[in-house]
Amino acid sequence: MSLWKKHQVFEKNSIILLIGVLVVIAIGGLVEIAPLFYLKSTIEKVEGMRPYTPLELAGRNIYVREGCYNCHSQMIRTLRDEVERYGHYSLASESMYDRPFQWGSKRTGPDLARVGGKYSDAWQREHLDDPRAVVPTSIMPAYPWLAQRTLELDYLGQDLAIQAKLGVPYDDAMVADAKADAWRQADPNADPGDLEARYPKVQIRDFDGDPTRITEADALIAYLQMLGTLVDFKLYDDKANLR
Amino acid sequence: MAHSLSSGKQPTWGETGLGIVAGLLALLCFVIAGKAQDPGYGFHAVVFMLAAAGSVYAIGKRYGARAAEPVPQVLPDGRPNYNLGPIKFATVASMFWGIAGFLIGVLIAFQLAFPILNFDLPWTSFGRLRPLHTSAVIFAFGGNVLLATSLYVVQRTSRARLAGDLSPWFVVLGYNLFIVVAGTGYLLGISQGKEYAEPEWYADLFLTIVWVTYFLVFMATLAKRREPHIYVANWFFLAFIATIAVLHLGNNAALPVSLWSPKSYIVWSGVQDAMVQWWYGHNAVGFFLTAGFLGIMYYFIPKRAERPVYSYRLSIIHFWALIFLYIWAGPHHLHYTALPDWAQTLGMTFSIMLWMPSWGGMINGLMTLSGAWDKLRTDPVLRMMVVSVAFYGMSTFEGPLMSVKAVNSLSHYTDWTIGHVHSGALGWVAYISFGAIYCLVPWLWNRKQLYSLKLVEWHFWISTLGIVLYITSMWVAGILQGLMWRAYTSLGFLEYSFVETVEAMHPFYIIRALGGVLFLAGALLMAFNLWRTVTSVEPAEAERPVVGSAVIPAE
Amino acid sequence: MSDTYMMLAHFAQTWGLAYFVGVFLVVLAYALSPSRKGRFDAAARLPLSED
Repeated sequence: MSLWKKHQVFEKNSIILLIGVLVVIAIGGLVEIAPLFYLKSTIEKVEGMRPYTPLELAGRNIYVREGCYNCHSQMIRTLRDEVERYGHYSLASESMYDRPFQWGSKRTGPDLARVGGKYSDAWQREHLDDPRAVVPTSIMPAYPWLAQRTLELDYLGQDLAIQAKLGVPYDDAMVADAKADAWRQADPNADPGDLEARYPKVQIRDFDGDPTRITEADALIAYLQMLGTLVDFKLYDDKANLR
Repeated sequence: MAHSLSSGKQPTWGETGLGIVAGLLALLCFVIAGKAQDPGYGFHAVVFMLAAAGSVYAIGKRYGARAAEPVPQVLPDGRPNYNLGPIKFATVASMFWGIAGFLIGVLIAFQLAFPILNFDLPWTSFGRLRPLHTSAVIFAFGGNVLLATSLYVVQRTSRARLAGDLSPWFVVLGYNLFIVVAGTGYLLGISQGKEYAEPEWYADLFLTIVWVTYFLVFMATLAKRREPHIYVANWFFLAFIATIAVLHLGNNAALPVSLWSPKSYIVWSGVQDAMVQWWYGHNAVGFFLTAGFLGIMYYFIPKRAERPVYSYRLSIIHFWALIFLYIWAGPHHLHYTALPDWAQTLGMTFSIMLWMPSWGGMINGLMTLSGAWDKLRTDPVLRMMVVSVAFYGMSTFEGPLMSVKAVNSLSHYTDWTIGHVHSGALGWVAYISFGAIYCLVPWLWNRKQLYSLKLVEWHFWISTLGIVLYITSMWVAGILQGLMWRAYTSLGFLEYSFVETVEAMHPFYIIRALGGVLFLAGALLMAFNLWRTVTSVEPAEAERPVVGSAVIPAE
Repeated sequence: MSDTYMMLAHFAQTWGLAYFVGVFLVVLAYALSPSRKGRFDAAARLPLSED
């Protein structure tokens, strides 16, 4: 009986009840989350992955701002039809620089994990401006303001700097040149400098059809066009990274 | 006595401290408003500045009007002097946000059927309105219901006045300020892009302070209770408050880009962020939308049915099993993704096991009616709550089913998930909330009964029809689209292009939107009924003199 | 990688399982013990008693 008496503490003592709750909920969370930080398959780097260029990062932030993740996933599951429809299933390392991750939970529109290069810049531009002009039965909202708004470039260095603090491999020069690098990527007439050495496979061109300025459409299209293009699956060895 | 300005009046530590902190916050926000790198952020700085300055004014005014002595804990007749002001506020706020959230839901439902309704404007496009809808119904409507009911139940079952003087007000007002900042932020394009956790770092920081205060008020009220036992509803409320605090901190661990910028970057990346997000996301369902509302079930159903809960022992097993199992279930949102297989399997296993405690709880709620089933015929409020428990049983059966990997491969990414969520959100969460509010309003405003039970009947049937339209259309839409995605022709090619599967959704999106309209119509009837209850129903008992700043409760 | 999986699976199927069963039994014993019946009955009536 004395043992049972001790259990009265839960009914009688709110602090003990609280500690009981916290202990119970901590176990599940820790067991599931902690191993992800040291398991090989979740942290191993795959050949080709690199941090986003400043322009791509700005585009990604617009993707987040407009809530694209509400309707588009960026996670191709290991199912036959998905691999045939969208391409190679997504690897953990392909989102290693994603803060936040944008895997999504709903496909009101198609998956975008490998949309890069599937459509021309002109198509993307037209589609963002008026989706039904290119896909008559699309239900996507139009985003005409993206091509009108000049992209805010002055704070891009801050974004890279804070990501560097979180462990993303941006060096001091990349942080200092963030704004210049955005121009180098979006203006084909500018001297690209060492942009390609810093960001291998970077796509350098005017994305929105207006070379005189960098718009939000430039950034977003630059981001969309690089999605899923970094890892070369002709060289990628499935067996080396068993999940 | 309330308004006598006795010479011995002194401001309390709370009044002085909160006044100073609010004053400093107003100054800080003034500076931020001037240097903000983003107009939306500047707007939020002004909102916070006005709120802080308003708090200083309100604290001063309240001090001028209050008696020198602290509010008595007990009334002259020996009953506890319950603090109902903040609860009334949260109750009214919950109705307001509920209707706002349902309205946005109806709008975005129609947007999916008729994209022209996006109006080609940033602040009316689906991507910004959908988080507004989810936050408004979950956190604004559901959150205010939980604030109101938990603060009410903890007082009544502890037979003690709410702890704190200004702090309960800070909790309800601060929470609603957070809602305003979060919601306007989405419209202005301020979002950290994590589902159900979109508010940016400064809103998250403010919510943390509000939530810790809520937690302390709740714990301190339990500590001063005059009953030996902590009633089981309070266990659920406590688990909800404590766990949400942990989840909120874990999922929103982010570094702001600068004090002058609304932007932040999360410390987790990629797979880790996905796991943390759905650990948060699923437990927001488990502890916010389930544990919290089970607290409501365990108080309001016995109270309304006038009989104790079917099995108190079962409620204890229900409690520990539920909180123990729920926390593991998150990975079922990430089946067949880049999350390691073992985590997916773990998530699936625990999700299936969750079925048992969930149904234990459902049986406990339903069987409370045993011997009093006739009340379901005569009391539409009780019926609403009982039907909510039935919906709880239905969606906690569907949930484990959908967490099975084979089923999930079909259902994930489709509208089946949306249907599942709404059978829980409309059927369970909203119905138990409606029932609790129908009970609370006459108690809080000291009214004999509701203005019209007939209107409650109408509310019940209209919104039940709405839920049925919603769930069935989403089942069909989801399964249809899932099957179309994986359909192959006889030659081995994918049969449908993506946009063909979108076209197939059109009729179901219209039916779903109509279901939403019905649900919204029911809520409008409810608001009218409650308003008439407060304004035109006679008091339950003669108004007593006001003691301190608190109005004496009913009963 | 399959090593990690096997290791975790083994742990879950032995110690993990025993742990869960143990916790469940403790909760059951706590909830069902006859000595507690009176207190639980009193607690169950908390919402109903007027004040």
